[in-house]
Amino acid sequence: MKLTRIGQAAAVLSIAALGLTACGGSNNPGTSNSSGAAGSSDAAGASESGAAQVTGTLTGSGASSQQSAMAAWAEGADGIKSVQPDLKVQYSPDGSGAGVKKLIAGQVQFAGSDAALDADEQKQVQTFCGPEGAMNIPVYIAPIAISFKLDGVDSLNLDASTVAKIFTKKITKWNDPAIAALNDGVSLPDKAITVIHRSDESGTTENFAEYLHTAAPEDWTYEPAKAWPSDIQAESAAKTSGVVGLASTTDGAITYADLAAATELSHVSIKVGDEFVAPTEEAASKIVEASKRVESTNANDMAVAIDYANAPAGSYPVTMVSYQIFCQTYKDQNTVDMVKAWGTFVSSQAGQKAAQDEVGSAPLAASISDEAAKAIATITVAK
Amino acid sequence: MTTQKTPLEDAVSQPIAASTSTGDAPAGPERRHGRSRLTAGQLPKWTPYAVGAAALVLSAAIMALIGFNVAGWVIIAAIAYVVGMYAVTLIRENRRKATDGLWRNLIIGAFLIALVPLISVMWTVISNGWQGITQPGFFASDMQGITGKYDRAAQAGEGPILGGIAHALVGTLLITAATTIISVPIGLLASIYLVEYSNDNLFSKIIRFFVDVMTGIPSIVAGLFAAGFMLAVFSFFGAAPGAQTIGLSAAIALSVIMIPIVVRSTEEMLRVVPNELREASAALGVRKWRTTLKVVLPTAISGIASGVTLAIARVVGETAPILVTAGFTVATNWNLVKDWMMALPVYIYYQLTTPTAPQAPEPSMIRAWGGALVLIILVMLLNLLARAVAKWLAPKTAGR
Amino acid sequence: MTTVTAPSPLTAGEKGRAGDKFFSGLTFAAGGLILVVLLFVTVFLVVNAYPALIAGADELPSQTSFFEYVWPLVLGTLLAAGLALLMATPVAIGVALFISHVAPRKLAKPVGYVIDLLAAIPSVVYGAWGMLFLAPLLVPIYDWLHRYLGWIPLFNDPSATGRTILTAAIVLAVMILPIITALSREIFVQTPKLHEEAALALGATRWEMIKMSVLPFARPGVVSAIMLGLGRALGETMAVALVLSSGALTWGLLAEGNNTIPAEIAANFPEASGLRYNELIAAGLALFLITLVVNLAARWIVNRHKEFSGAN
Repeated sequence: MKLTRIGQAAAVLSIAALGLTACGGSNNPGTSNSSGAAGSSDAAGASESGAAQVTGTLTGSGASSQQSAMAAWAEGADGIKSVQPDLKVQYSPDGSGAGVKKLIAGQVQFAGSDAALDADEQKQVQTFCGPEGAMNIPVYIAPIAISFKLDGVDSLNLDASTVAKIFTKKITKWNDPAIAALNDGVSLPDKAITVIHRSDESGTTENFAEYLHTAAPEDWTYEPAKAWPSDIQAESAAKTSGVVGLASTTDGAITYADLAAATELSHVSIKVGDEFVAPTEEAASKIVEASKRVESTNANDMAVAIDYANAPAGSYPVTMVSYQIFCQTYKDQNTVDMVKAWGTFVSSQAGQKAAQDEVGSAPLAASISDEAAKAIATITVAK
Repeated sequence: MTTQKTPLEDAVSQPIAASTSTGDAPAGPERRHGRSRLTAGQLPKWTPYAVGAAALVLSAAIMALIGFNVAGWVIIAAIAYVVGMYAVTLIRENRRKATDGLWRNLIIGAFLIALVPLISVMWTVISNGWQGITQPGFFASDMQGITGKYDRAAQAGEGPILGGIAHALVGTLLITAATTIISVPIGLLASIYLVEYSNDNLFSKIIRFFVDVMTGIPSIVAGLFAAGFMLAVFSFFGAAPGAQTIGLSAAIALSVIMIPIVVRSTEEMLRVVPNELREASAALGVRKWRTTLKVVLPTAISGIASGVTLAIARVVGETAPILVTAGFTVATNWNLVKDWMMALPVYIYYQLTTPTAPQAPEPSMIRAWGGALVLIILVMLLNLLARAVAKWLAPKTAGR
Repeated sequence: MTTVTAPSPLTAGEKGRAGDKFFSGLTFAAGGLILVVLLFVTVFLVVNAYPALIAGADELPSQTSFFEYVWPLVLGTLLAAGLALLMATPVAIGVALFISHVAPRKLAKPVGYVIDLLAAIPSVVYGAWGMLFLAPLLVPIYDWLHRYLGWIPLFNDPSATGRTILTAAIVLAVMILPIITALSREIFVQTPKLHEEAALALGATRWEMIKMSVLPFARPGVVSAIMLGLGRALGETMAVALVLSSGALTWGLLAEGNNTIPAEIAANFPEASGLRYNELIAAGLALFLITLVVNLAARWIVNRHKEFSGAN
């Protein structure tokens, strides 16, 4: 009885202690003045640049890959608040599929997606977006690093076919002749390769598989899909942070993940033409700039198709392009203004720089930014 | 059995063999002049220690043969001890005593086995979470304005870990409260119907069966159902699509999960209330509904409170249903029926899986573990509350 | 109902009778409401699952018929939950008995309290614990099992990360242990004291007393507790999703592979569209049916032993 009394007293005390620590004020940067003085001075700066001020809440939903960048855009000091202090943007990282579904149902004003709308979805979205449908605007370029953890080795050169053989488990040892042939002078250990893939369906997997399927069709025979081919039995983990975390604690592991998140791992340089290109933001921007547009029913659609097979020299082909999808028309003027302000900012050089600084994504090329601004300018109120 | 004292008070912390009647029993295994098997010689006090030491030595010997490690040593020693005690008691005393000792050892063993992972989990959460909850402003801040920049600075040691759980804590408290308010009355009344009023008719059998079925609804399906249901309700009343993404939708999803748990545990607790109490009450001319409220419920209240607490604990940690119903926000929202709402499990999930700064996940991890620790403390407080309520409502001179 | 019903609650002069009617009506309505909710959920499931059930193999994203898609998941779910139950039940009942009948009271109370608390740890925390702490810890043990017991097909190809169906089952077992313990303990404590004392007075040892008076009394309650634990294990999402390297069905407990229905739904739902969405909901329907069967079995077991059941 005594013991439990003491226990209860201790519990109460510790909770009281917690309460005390809780009494500290909030530590949110800029909460006290974001809508006050600082906001108005920012607003003054913004009106100099000619943007009209809009007020309201914009709602989006979609890819979780954009989540960190969205925090930078919607909340950061250099984000949308610096030009539109009264525009509140909320984004739910439900996943690309869920985001598109919500846009089709009209529950959100824009969607984030790792894949552009396909023809079917383009048709379905017309009930909410009007007869011209919706436009895919590239906003987030993520180089997909093929990353590994191997004691004593911090860089590797591989070509598409070797990568495909490793991930299909045809090559099972790190000192396989095929790997050694591409890496003169690197001492490779006699260790089993542990392949780690995403257990959830994801745009990263689809882009990675698409690259292998195009660049090494003989070694990667599976149709590219968001899900990992079920025939390949390998280790897996959920989400980017999961595969990176697992790989960084497993010696001999190899995986694929957004470059920005894979800082604890070493990266494979991929053979492009005759040289090996390491995954970098610039190299990723380069391939997106060089890519062709996908044909679409919407004239302003900017969906790109990366040409993996003919990547220009110095570009990094394993790159994922994530879009924000906006309607061509909205029901009321305020929504149109909000969407325009948001879309223009996110795809602008300033917005791209904010994401690069905060998250480490690859910025859009200036030409694409300009094109995006023009496309977004065509958004109007539905007649 | 020389000295069976009052059985329940007979503290078992003492080793079994210690219950010899004579404190100065000869240490040797000398059999006293046994006239019957009941008073036959008992094991001396030091037997468990001797067997324990022998088991440790034996285990060490085995481990020396196959390569030593502490875990293996302890496990084999434990097995050897249990077997050894059984054998010794069997030889020196009798089979019944030996069986009794064996089961007692196994039960204590089960308890010790259970402690290992549970302590490990608790330790993981506390050691990781402590750093989170001791960050200044952790409880007062939400995640507004927190971006990768700050987290990277924090991981590099150039700044504090900013941000906190205020928005998620508020959301969890509101959503859980709403869920409890919806679920407990329905669950309690339904189980009263099942036990007190139904007389085991067909309808009660159907309810009982489908309550069981309801416990099998995958939690994400409950969430999807609630999302769809609320969308239908909202569009019926002409609200804009998307307006149903609110805290109340999450509460409805969680209620679908919580009601069957409440019904099941409450039904079980009402059922074990002795019929004598009901009959005595009826004999005094008390109406059935008053008997139920004043006699049956108070008698069972401790078990019911425990069951309800378990049910709340179950839903308070649910991630998936809230994920698909309440949206995602970084700002504090006090309104259950307007705008998106954050909850602690969702917060933990997102901080773990999509760190605020992908290059510097450490601050996100710390916030996530901090959130987990807060969630556990929350349930602890709830538990204390439930116990206090149960004590307050329970009959003053309960049977035990 | 034993009372004679009054003509109408409003006109009935006796307050008590109206109260009785009102109260029993209220409880009846609550019971009915549960059925209505379940009906809604079922309709929702069936309507959303139907397109996947009737779709041909070539229409579905996996290029196999729905049943080919779902049966490995069903087996994986049963395997994980079954293993978890196998590990958790004896331990949980042992702990419950320890608290109710073996431990000194001073110890029993705080232990019971701690167990209640553990039931409250959110599953995502168990998942993170299993992923970061347990799985790496189990790798050498799995290697050892493989080395000495590898001739049993269950122990083939140990995983390099420990993220296997057995690890997932252990995490599930740890999760459901407090649930089964907490409810069983409540039941054990309710054993009529007279039964226990009678057994002891007849010269029974403590274990014989437990075997003869406590366990028979508690059996339906314990089965119910186990079923609640099983329900949790079958439906657990996040812990499995975080701990398991999912893949195709395999009997190797130490190899990566297998998946459970809830983890499959949670992992793939965010990116699902079109028929894939329906397919996942249909998988949820399958889980629903599994639970139905399991509960039928449990009811049957309880009813078979009804003569022992307690006060009522």
